[in-house]
Amino acid sequence: MKVAVITFPGSNCDYDGYQAFKLLDGFEPEFRWHRDAALGDVDAVFLPGGFSYGDYLRPGAIAHLSPVMEAVRDFAAGGGPVLGVCNGFQVLCESGLLPGALLRNPSLRFRSHDVHLRVETTRSPFTSAYEKGAVLRIPIAHGDGHYTASKEELAELEGEDRIAFRYCTTEGGLAPESNPNHSEHHIAGILNPARNILGMMPHPERAVEDILGSTDGLGLFESLRAHLSGTLATQTP
Amino acid sequence: MKRYHLEVRVKPRPGLLDPQGKAVAHALSDLGYAGVADVRVGKILDVELDAPSETEARERGEEMCRKLLANPVTEDFEVTVAGILEDA
Repeated sequence: MKVAVITFPGSNCDYDGYQAFKLLDGFEPEFRWHRDAALGDVDAVFLPGGFSYGDYLRPGAIAHLSPVMEAVRDFAAGGGPVLGVCNGFQVLCESGLLPGALLRNPSLRFRSHDVHLRVETTRSPFTSAYEKGAVLRIPIAHGDGHYTASKEELAELEGEDRIAFRYCTTEGGLAPESNPNHSEHHIAGILNPARNILGMMPHPERAVEDILGSTDGLGLFESLRAHLSGTLATQTP
Repeated sequence: MKRYHLEVRVKPRPGLLDPQGKAVAHALSDLGYAGVADVRVGKILDVELDAPSETEARERGEEMCRKLLANPVTEDFEVTVAGILEDA
């Protein structure tokens, strides 16, 4: 199972992602540069965190126009799974592959700490190995993570079970204190209508080994592996 | 062909949270300016563009906004032709 890990100028979580995929048997991560117009023969795409193009203009705004994103768009249109984390999520929103936008944290602070996430749906190639309602501890590290979208888009996300993760308390409750960037509807990660694209602000690739303090992100990679090897067909509603 | 100076103003949508504006408003109050009710922070981009006419220059500027310069989800834009720089 080949995974294309995309590197933009300013990406800084590409090696973390590469390493996370390396940890799991079966994955063969390979780097792709932002100038690459083709992905080659790959089974999944990882858009890493960082500050692509220095966050100039808006986070993700310039990256979404780079040649490799044209290939990612085609790959996703064909149903290929695409995971965007942090800046990767911002790139996906800027490209229109996911609805909404990520704005400056209302605290105006760069928030870098562990958060708790509640798994809201298991119906995706990225969350099938989790239990619905499970609480995960995964780090965030971002200054622009306030998720916003139109009322209609938020209603669609809710109605179509496309919210993958919400920020929550240690017990799984929703409270303003546990929403580090005051995201609308406590949204930490969302899926596209076809459910093959996931964007999320927290970093599952930084929660895959005991030495990192948490292994709660592993389930995401295990879900993807199961999806790709076809052992766990994605359930339909 | 002329070289036009386009002034592109990009502003956060009304009603949308603008924490930068809030912080600036607080700082102005701290400086002693009474009555600062609200501040919102946007940006201005000065674009020099060669185009056959003023209308076309503005239309291209607006297209640039829709594709890149503004985020349609969160920002409004306004393009004005601020001047003609030279014959290109």
